[in-house]
Amino acid sequence: MIDDIDRALIVATQGGLPLVSRPYHAIAEQLGLSPEEVMRRLRAMLASGIVRRIGAVPNHYAIGWTANGMTVWDVADEQVDELGARIGALDFVTHCYRRPRALPAWPYNLFAMVHGASRQECSAKAAEIRTLLGDACRANDILYSTRILKKTGLRISR
Amino acid sequence: MPELSDLDRKILAQLQGDFPICERPYAEAAAQLGIEEAELLARLQALLADKVLTRFGPMFQIEEMGGAFVLAALAAPEARYDEVTALVNALPEVAHNYRREHELNMWFVLATETKEGIAEAIARIERDTGLPVYAFPKEREFFVEMKLEARR
Repeated sequence: MIDDIDRALIVATQGGLPLVSRPYHAIAEQLGLSPEEVMRRLRAMLASGIVRRIGAVPNHYAIGWTANGMTVWDVADEQVDELGARIGALDFVTHCYRRPRALPAWPYNLFAMVHGASRQECSAKAAEIRTLLGDACRANDILYSTRILKKTGLRISR
Repeated sequence: MPELSDLDRKILAQLQGDFPICERPYAEAAAQLGIEEAELLARLQALLADKVLTRFGPMFQIEEMGGAFVLAALAAPEARYDEVTALVNALPEVAHNYRREHELNMWFVLATETKEGIAEAIARIERDTGLPVYAFPKEREFFVEMKLEARR
């Protein structure tokens, strides 16, 4: 788990790193820590998975991935884990999760995100998933995103 | 939409992770791209200003800190869509929110510092909007690697 200093570091960096030559030094100064401690703690959080990665977070639409489809599948419970792992391994799937159904409104228990420069490209990818699932798939749909309403990422408060 | 230069595409391809933790990380990253530190800083500033990047920095995994991430959805009536969007987005716990084509037409991710925070945020959204919220917590993660190169 994290302590108060980690927490302060998260609050200071969750909106982004300062765009200055020595960003970790700038954060250290802001928090009253040594730059070495800031860097050591960030390395530790990266190693433990609290920080997934450090870098650029693009807006998919702006970089040409204008079709973003959430493919959803109703897969037989006894096969969903094995098939989910195989779908997650497809190179065009960026996220793949098993989630609970919400019957009767929502029969789907497997979610896989696919992205493309067009809807045609996304639906071709969905067709590949459909083939892989075979008879284990009872129903499916693809929900295209038409607008980003918010994308700030995690925000914890002080 | 701003045009992307070859350099922008290179930055997007190489800098979606592995940004160094050292005294002058931009200088180090710039050297790998074959440019000067000042040029990289200027490009990142421009990409952020043009909203090609939503952020540049660490991506945190709240679950590793004892918190929770949950995908949730609701069906907002068309006539109330903007109002419902504003109510949902007003919660700091809403990390992302997308409009999608389906009867469930608003899909958002809740990120809370405690597991209990999810139920509180959902209750708050249901109260504020008067609409039922469907929660889809992940039961199992098969793959997550959100790195896409520029396509244009």
